[in-house]
Amino acid sequence: MSLPLEYYLVLSALLFTIGVIGVLIRRNAIIIFMCIELMLNAANLAFVAISRHLGQAEGQLFVIFVMAVAAAEVAIGLAIIVSVFKHRETINVDEINSLKG
Amino acid sequence: MSKELIIILLISPLVGFLINGLFSKWLKGNEKLSGTIGALAVFISLICSIIAFVTINIDSNATLEGDDGFVYKWIAGGKFSVDIGFHVDALTTVMLLVITGVGFLIHVYSIGYMHGDEGYTRYFAYLNLFVFAMLILVLGNNYLMMFVGWEGVGLCSYLLIGFWYEKQSATDAGKKAFIVNRIGDFGFLLGMFTLFAAFESLDFVTIFDKAETGTSAINVVFGETTKVTLMVATLLLFVGAVGKSAQLPLYVWLPDAMEGPTPVSALIHAATMVTAGVYMIARSAVLYNLAGTGVVVAWIGVLTALFAAIIALKQNDIKRILAYSTVSQLGYMFVGVGIGAYASGIFHLVTHAFFKGLMFLTAGSVMHAMANELDIRKMGGLRKKLPITHATFLVGALAIAGAPLLSGFWSKDEILHSAWGSSKIIYIIGLATAFLTAFYMFRLIFVTFYGKSRVEPEVDSHVHESPAVMWLPLVILAVPAALIGLLLGVGGHDSWFHHFTEDVFPKADKAPGSVLLFMAISSIVGIAGIAFAWTRYKDRAPAAEPTNALQKKDFSWLVANKFYVDEIYNTFIVQPIKNASHFLLWKLFDVGIIDGIVNGVAALIRVIGGLFRRLQTGVVQAYILSMVIGIVLFLAYYLFFVN
Repeated sequence: MSLPLEYYLVLSALLFTIGVIGVLIRRNAIIIFMCIELMLNAANLAFVAISRHLGQAEGQLFVIFVMAVAAAEVAIGLAIIVSVFKHRETINVDEINSLKG
Repeated sequence: MSKELIIILLISPLVGFLINGLFSKWLKGNEKLSGTIGALAVFISLICSIIAFVTINIDSNATLEGDDGFVYKWIAGGKFSVDIGFHVDALTTVMLLVITGVGFLIHVYSIGYMHGDEGYTRYFAYLNLFVFAMLILVLGNNYLMMFVGWEGVGLCSYLLIGFWYEKQSATDAGKKAFIVNRIGDFGFLLGMFTLFAAFESLDFVTIFDKAETGTSAINVVFGETTKVTLMVATLLLFVGAVGKSAQLPLYVWLPDAMEGPTPVSALIHAATMVTAGVYMIARSAVLYNLAGTGVVVAWIGVLTALFAAIIALKQNDIKRILAYSTVSQLGYMFVGVGIGAYASGIFHLVTHAFFKGLMFLTAGSVMHAMANELDIRKMGGLRKKLPITHATFLVGALAIAGAPLLSGFWSKDEILHSAWGSSKIIYIIGLATAFLTAFYMFRLIFVTFYGKSRVEPEVDSHVHESPAVMWLPLVILAVPAALIGLLLGVGGHDSWFHHFTEDVFPKADKAPGSVLLFMAISSIVGIAGIAFAWTRYKDRAPAAEPTNALQKKDFSWLVANKFYVDEIYNTFIVQPIKNASHFLLWKLFDVGIIDGIVNGVAALIRVIGGLFRRLQTGVVQAYILSMVIGIVLFLAYYLFFVN
């Protein structure tokens, strides 16, 4: 007997919320980055769960896409973080505010 | 008379102006050529004027009026339509002869007088432009063309008064002339508007015909009757004449206008431009007769004549004496046209143009000899060194003083005689002015040319008679100045001049009394003035400036200071306007309101921008937070409120 759909969705929502809060309150760019991954994967979990619940394959297909995009995003994002660090010797996002009005 | 003749007459000075004005760079080194072009341009006009004059003299129907003078439609819009066209009748040809005749001689004289001046070609360009504008003024067949000429001569007057623009006093005088004339021109404009509203036309012939036809043809603009409308219109036009012809209370610019070169004073500020007001009233004779406003004109004229003659008694600047004399003589002309003796007024205009033009040129000759000295107290005994200048000046002075048989005698006497018929008081004031005129003119002569020399030694050695190019025009001008009255004026109201102009003017009433008696009285008064001047100034210079306070209070001190009119105007008109401009217009309106609005808008945007600027913190997490809040709110809304 499988778990009901709600369990998955609640877990997914919790993971997403943890990700959002992490993005909001952490100062380290890499941690923020990880939190974004957490949000993406929370979404993935919801996709997969609903796909299985409905017995359709599209949700799982989307997850593959999301993972591909996330991989590309990680590559670029990390590159940016490395180059910011090279430039300013910090990855504390509070200090990276030269676009202040 | 053909239109082509008039067009050549008109265009010739314009061509002269364009050549001297546009090619001054090449003409600069060649004074002779530049001056010759200027004089030649006017000479061609003079020839054409003589032809026109003779044509009308032979056949009095050969005038160019109404449709005959039409050249082309200038402005056409609805009811408002103005043509470029000519109106040439006896009055016009008389004016043409004065303008081009005196103008030509003054151009020739200027060739010598302006020798070596920096702005030689500029001078002749302006002078030609002036003649062109003056010709438009007298040739136009409607009030708008007259106004164009009116403004044109005003502009040239301004340019030529301020000709030596490095001199502060010259530029100030130019501006003064221009601004005072603006007041008059404003009146002229309003007068034109009134005329258009009443007659729906600005054309002379149309207006005069409608005015004579009577009430049904005219729209009532002011008051209850057409007469009131005509009164308003003519008085407004007269305001223009008061400005242009330097009458009370707007005469103040003319004495200052003497800052310009002397030939300019002779041509513009004695012979032609300042008489434009007299011409305008003579041209509008029909309207003034119908409106009955001539009495105002005559009174302003006679008061100006007296007032200016009194001021002239105590002046010591040779050109200013002549300037006040001009104001005074213009007053006589206004008396003439005011009391309805239009032909006499214009006759005096003609004789005055000759003798006053002559006197200004001789004054220029004196200045030329005296290294530009103007103060007659520093002259004296000049008749031996400047015989021609002295002789010609004497002719002019005798003419203006009304010595028997000379030109001023005939014309002034005609005016005074007619004045007797309309108002005894005007006659008496006019006669008193004639006495003063003879007195101040011969005071000038005795102090300048007779007695002991008071010339400063370093100037004295250079005193010399002017070159031929200058004295020849003097001699030529002296002839008409002396004789023109004999030629035209013998016989009073039956004289040749009156016959010549009888088609133009409404018939004046014949003045009562014996002509010979009036002539005798005028002669005695004139000679008495000369004699009185002889007893007082034959061997004595005018007193130096009074020093003690007691002397400063008497009447002569008041006169010597020209009744403080300039100071009064300055205190009560100029300064208040300046202050109002400074505090109300500039400080309050310009800086306060206009700048306030502009800067206020900018400041408001700055404040709003300052508020919203805070949102862009540069902290990415803050942006995300706002995004998250937004998403949460949206979700909440959909979850709890939709459905």
